[in-house]
Amino acid sequence: MQPLILLEQGLNGIQFGMMLFLMAAGLTLVFGVMNLINLAHGSLYMIGAYVSAVAFASTGSYLLAIAAALLAALAVGVAIEIVVFRTLYPREHLDQVLATFGLILFFNEIVRMIWGATPLSANLPKFLGGQINILPGVPYPSYRLAIIALGLLMGLALYLVVTRTRIGMLIRAGASNRIMVGALGINIALLYTLVFGLGAVLAALSGLLAGPIFAVESGMGENVLILAFVVIVIGGIGSIRGAFIAALLIGIVDTIGRAFLRPLLGTFMAPSSADSAGPALASMLIYMLMAVVLFFRPQGLFPARVR
Amino acid sequence: MKTGLIAAISAFCLIAAGTQAADQIKIGYITTLSGPGGALGKHMKDAADLALEKLGGKLGGIPTEIIYGDDQLKPDVGRQVAEEMLKKDKVDFIDGVIWSNVLLAIYQPVIGSGTILLSNSAGPQEVAGAMCAPNFFTTGWQNAVPAEAMGIYMNSKKIDKVFAMAPNYTAGKDIVAGFKRTYKGQLVAEVYTRLDQTDFQTELTQMRAADPQAIFIFEPGAFGIQFFKQFDQAGLHGKIPVYSVFTTNEIILPALGDAGVGVYETGFWSPALKNPANQEFVAEFRKKYNYVPAEYAATAYDGIRLLDSAVKAVKGDLKNKKGLIAALDKANIASVRGPFKYNINHFPIQNYYLLKVAHEADGSYMREVESTILTNYGDSYYKECKMKP
Repeated sequence: MQPLILLEQGLNGIQFGMMLFLMAAGLTLVFGVMNLINLAHGSLYMIGAYVSAVAFASTGSYLLAIAAALLAALAVGVAIEIVVFRTLYPREHLDQVLATFGLILFFNEIVRMIWGATPLSANLPKFLGGQINILPGVPYPSYRLAIIALGLLMGLALYLVVTRTRIGMLIRAGASNRIMVGALGINIALLYTLVFGLGAVLAALSGLLAGPIFAVESGMGENVLILAFVVIVIGGIGSIRGAFIAALLIGIVDTIGRAFLRPLLGTFMAPSSADSAGPALASMLIYMLMAVVLFFRPQGLFPARVR
Repeated sequence: MKTGLIAAISAFCLIAAGTQAADQIKIGYITTLSGPGGALGKHMKDAADLALEKLGGKLGGIPTEIIYGDDQLKPDVGRQVAEEMLKKDKVDFIDGVIWSNVLLAIYQPVIGSGTILLSNSAGPQEVAGAMCAPNFFTTGWQNAVPAEAMGIYMNSKKIDKVFAMAPNYTAGKDIVAGFKRTYKGQLVAEVYTRLDQTDFQTELTQMRAADPQAIFIFEPGAFGIQFFKQFDQAGLHGKIPVYSVFTTNEIILPALGDAGVGVYETGFWSPALKNPANQEFVAEFRKKYNYVPAEYAATAYDGIRLLDSAVKAVKGDLKNKKGLIAALDKANIASVRGPFKYNINHFPIQNYYLLKVAHEADGSYMREVESTILTNYGDSYYKECKMKP
C-alpha cells in the first residue's frame, strides 16, 4: 500500500508543480527579459479564471471558454503593457512594485464590481470530470492528469521557442543587451509587448486550470503569486528551465510535507504536539527550502547565463 | 467666558444623557463579506437586516443603525475593524463574528472596553471556559458541542473507523477535540488543512489510502463546496459516507445539488425545525431574499431580537450595563431554535439534532430533522468559567 500512496502523492505534487510552473514561466520571462517586477501577474491569472468560468457557464463549450480566457488576458496584458509598463521600464524596481501593486487593487475591485464578492463556481467539462486508473485499482482524477500533460507540453514548447527559434533568439538577445538589439534594427518595443502578451496568456492558462480546483474569487491571484515568486527565485530569474524544475520541486515538497510530515513527527513526538507542529511545519517547508537554496546559490539553481 | 459656557453646557448634556434613554443605537456588526467565507457573512447580514426591519428599524423603540465591517477572515483585520467601531463609530454593541480566531483577536479590546459583545457563531473553548466575561454572550454554540453529538450518533451506528478532517485553526481543533471526547471507535487519522486551503487532493489521497468506514469533516462555506467537488472528482462520492458539522448546510447546498443529498450533519437548528418563530422566520427570509437561510442567518436573527429585548428591559438606558447584561441573560425571546436558555458562561443551553440533507418538493435543498441527540445541553467547558451567575 505504502508505495502506491507515495506514487499518488507524487502525482499530486507534480500536478501542483505544473500549475505553479505555468504561472511562474510568464513571470520569469517578463522579469528576466524585461527586468520588470510585475505584481499584477496574479491579476491576469484571475482574469483567466473568471473569464473561462463565466464563458463555460454561459456557452457550455469548454474550448470556447479557453479561447475567451486566453484572448481576454492577452488583450488586457497588451493594453496594460502599452499604457502602464512602457513608462516603467527605465524606472527602479520600487516604482514598478508600487505601480503594479496599484494594478492589483484596481483589478480586484473591477472583478468585485462585475461579478460580486461571492466566489464563482467553475465547472469541469464532462470528459474531464471522471477518473482514470493509473494502475489497476488506483483511480486518479482525469482533470489532474490533464493538467500534468498540459504543463509538460507547455514546458517543452516554451523551451523550444526560447532556444530554437528566431523569436527566442531575439528574446534572449533582448535580455542580455537591449540597446544593442535595438541598434541592430529590431523593434524592441514590439518585442517587449510580445513577451508580455505571452506571459499574460500563460498566467491566464494557469488561472483557467486552477479555477475548478481553487475558488474563483477576487484576489485569488495573490496567494499563488507569492509561490510563483518563490519558484523563480529558487529556479533563477529569467530561466524557463529553472522555473520548471523549481516549480516541480516546490509542488512535490509541499505535497509530501502536507501528507507525510505529521505521521513522521508522530513517530518520535507526542501525538498532540505532532498534530500542531506537523501542519505548521508543512506550510513553512517551501520557504525553508528557498532559504536553503539562497544560502548556497544566491543566484538560484539555474540562473540565466547572461545578465 | 465662552469656554466656560461650553463646558457647562456639555456637562449638562452629559448629566442629561446619564438619566435619559439614548436617542440612537449603533450596532457594530463584524462578519466576513468577501473571500471563500463571504457567503456565511451574506446569510448573517441579510438576517440581521430582516430582524431590524421587522422591528421597524428600532431596538426597544430607539432608531438603530447597523454598521457592517468585513473581517476578511483575518484576525488582524477583524481587530482593526473592531477598534475602529469602538473608537470612531462609538458603537453600543458589537455583534456578529463568524470565526473563532477573529473572536479571540477582538475579544480583549472589546471586553476590556465594557462594550457588550454578542457572538452569532464563534464559540471557542477559551471563551466558554476560563476567559468567560459578563459582557460576552453568544446566540451561537460552543464549537465542540455539535461534534460531540456527532460522536454519540456514530457510536450508536457502530461506525468504528473514522477519518477526521478540519481546518487548522481554533474552531477546527475544538471540533475535532469534541468529536474525540464522545467518539469511542478508532480514529484512523485526524488531518488539519490550512485555513486558506481549497485544494484537497493530498488529503483525498490520504483518505482513500486509510480506507475508513466514514469521514467526519468540518470545512465551512466555499471550502466545503471545493471539498465535495473534488471528493466527487476523485471518485469517492457514494463510496465513503460523509458526516459533517457546519459544512453541508444551506450555504453550500444549492451549489452541491444532488451531491449533498443524504449527508448527515449535527446542529442546533435547521430551516425545517417546526416551531412558530422559526417557520415565520424561514418563510419571510425566503420571500425577501429568495434563498434558504442557514444557521448563521438564524443566530444573526436571534441576536438582533435578543438585543431588542435587552434594550426594552432597561427602557433604552444603554448606560445601565448591569441591567442590559441581566436582561440578555434571561434570553427573553421566542428563539427560532425552540428551547433557549443561558448557561453561567453565557453560552446557550439548547437541543442538538441529527440532520439529514434532503431534496424538498419545491426544488430547494435543506437539512431535515431526523432525531434529537442532546436535549437542553450546555457544553463541556462551563465549569471552568468562574463568573458569578
